Amino acid sequence: MTDLETFQSETRAWLDENCPASMRTPLLTDVNACWGGRNFKFESEDQKNWLDRMASRGWTVPTWPTEYGGGGLNADQAKILASEMRRIKARSPLTSFGIWMLGPALLKFGSHEQKLEHLPKIARGEIRWCQGYSEPNAGSDLASLATKAEDKGDHYLVNGQKVWTSYADQADWIFCLVRTDSSGTKHHGVSFVLFDMESKGVSTKPIKLISGNSPFCETFFDDVEVPKANLVGEEDKGWTIAKYLLTHERTGISDMGMPTPLSMLAKDKLGTNEDGKLIGEMTRHQIAEHEIDAAAFVFTLERAKDQAKAGGDIGAFSSMLKYYGTELNKQRHELIVKVNGSDGLEWEGQYSNNGDIARNWLRTKANSIEGGTSEVQLNIISKRILDLPV
Amino acid sequence: MALILNEEQQLLKESADGFFAEKAPVNQLRALRDSADETGFSKELWSEMAEMGFAGLLVDEDNGGTDFGLVGAGIVAETMAKTLTASPFLASSVIGASVIKAAASDKQKQLWLPQIAAGEKIVTLAIDETAHHAPEQTALKATAGGGGYVLSGMKTFVCDGHVADTILVLARTSGEAGDRQGLSLFAVDKGAAGLIVDRTVMADSRNWAKITFEGVKLSADALVGTEGAAFDAIEPALDKARIIIAAELLGISQQCLDQTVGYLQERKQFGVVIGTFQGLQHRAAHLFSEIEVTRSAILKAMQVVDAGGDARWFASLAKAKAAKTAELATNEAIQMHGGIGMTDEFDIGFYIKRARVLQALLGDYNYHADRFAACSSY
Repeated sequence: MTDLETFQSETRAWLDENCPASMRTPLLTDVNACWGGRNFKFESEDQKNWLDRMASRGWTVPTWPTEYGGGGLNADQAKILASEMRRIKARSPLTSFGIWMLGPALLKFGSHEQKLEHLPKIARGEIRWCQGYSEPNAGSDLASLATKAEDKGDHYLVNGQKVWTSYADQADWIFCLVRTDSSGTKHHGVSFVLFDMESKGVSTKPIKLISGNSPFCETFFDDVEVPKANLVGEEDKGWTIAKYLLTHERTGISDMGMPTPLSMLAKDKLGTNEDGKLIGEMTRHQIAEHEIDAAAFVFTLERAKDQAKAGGDIGAFSSMLKYYGTELNKQRHELIVKVNGSDGLEWEGQYSNNGDIARNWLRTKANSIEGGTSEVQLNIISKRILDLPV
Repeated sequence: MALILNEEQQLLKESADGFFAEKAPVNQLRALRDSADETGFSKELWSEMAEMGFAGLLVDEDNGGTDFGLVGAGIVAETMAKTLTASPFLASSVIGASVIKAAASDKQKQLWLPQIAAGEKIVTLAIDETAHHAPEQTALKATAGGGGYVLSGMKTFVCDGHVADTILVLARTSGEAGDRQGLSLFAVDKGAAGLIVDRTVMADSRNWAKITFEGVKLSADALVGTEGAAFDAIEPALDKARIIIAAELLGISQQCLDQTVGYLQERKQFGVVIGTFQGLQHRAAHLFSEIEVTRSAILKAMQVVDAGGDARWFASLAKAKAAKTAELATNEAIQMHGGIGMTDEFDIGFYIKRARVLQALLGDYNYHADRFAACSSY
């Protein structure tokens, strides 16, 4: 047996032994995910055990170095772990902005002390992070952000407001873009800082959305003191880090994993004829069209990962992944609502689990807005890949 | 296996890129069309392609091939699409070779494959009988008699039919149109008595034929594979061909994008380069996205089938996606070029015409979307 084959059989055996049965069922919504953090209430003992067991091997973050709480796996091993988890339909043990957004940026730009301080807590799900990027007047034009950080010697004094901060009301810490210099171009003078959401002067206010849920908040900073040790990278040069993190965010948003095939949901709801074909010729056609694109997209994510592994620069390619993945997901949810007919539009009550289908459908409308709109992604592709003039 | 080209495949791509750009620019196809060339391709070029090993990419080394697998054949098909190279590559080296490998006896393989790989013999497949691909509907009759068979019926949309040395014919030896069982494959050499080959010029200015079989008498050894079991035998070969056709469609799409982007960078209106207009930038960026997604599906299909995996789902995915993207790419290319895109003098027209023919070949988008759904159990 090759080393990889050995790794595969050991991984399979370990997962079989350690992944609780209830963690092998599909996640219905974000809400059922394990987010971790100081105040997180585990939905079950299984959910907690699954997190702890995976974290003990560093497998919540398989490719991070072991000294920072990771699994130290190489890309081939990580691919095997992922496919073995898929095989038993294991849930992700931890859903975390710390993992897919802050972590990669800290690994690249953070000091050794910052990595030691923050990464292991992310890996173990002890600290839940939120992202302080957008502001009321800095959405698509993120670099015009105005939240001010004044130099007060050993600390910065932060004042301003963020918006669309995902789960800010439940987060323990924030990674935040602040302006330390407003004299130059808008890309200069941005700094990347970290601070505790329990700091004096931080307050949050959830925003009620069309789905009736409030995954986003307004976040206010009123004379918040942030120690200078919490500056990541150089002062005024945080835009590079901000962009690097966005690349990861985009790839993350586009990679929603392998959801239950639409065709399976449709077969349950609509039934099949004697040939095994979905009842409803037009619906079947629409689903096939969608699933062809969705399958091709899954292979595109695989190709992008393999290209990155081989040392290729993914860069602006992540904009394509973000654009395509989010548009597909919106289309998927439109079809889920159609397949479910009037049941899919129920908003309250036991039959629909308080309108899961409709609320999830409406949530997806933000997919092509958050993390840079579809139009911004197309701008990036046209400028940086197709080399079209501005 | 990583979903990218390996070093050997990368080298093949570079050598193919250089070869076709130098030896077979689009003007060659234009000249063949304008002179109403009887052969419809350049025999010199085809010999050189064979010397490069391109004619035997799907043939194993024991039979004189270069054995690059579908990934290799796909690379070359994509490259040839950029210059719209006219050659019997698709008919003989892809469809013919794949069908022979899937269905023929060892003796037949040893006889035919080396000749295909050397570019000395052109083999094609006659399968469609109506304007829509539906192989199980085959009705052309093969009647046993006189120690052999007699073929009667008609075939259409036969790739390189009028220049083929041997035509592999799917015929019905038993059962009714619609049955998957009862189909058999026969090898008919050109010039056989009762074989009428009508060259059919199509939109793409390439070689196609309608072929009539008026009681063509064949000896028993013209049978390829087992009588009555040809459908299941050749289906994997058809799927390989579909994947390579998808790769050619991908090359056309990419070329359309590249030429269009080049035009957007140069053409001025209202005093500025039109590539500065967001209305055009977003169309081009969307097309880029579709092409990249298509590329992934095709490469995955080629790798899976080369590794021995079941081709059906992957082939229908690749062919459907490639057809849809090529339709978008060719239409967008004309639109974004404006009036000049409508002129014969300009090359874009050649790409859209070739694309539509390939989209229809061995099953169009709807055929494969339906089959994709069936393979996915719905």
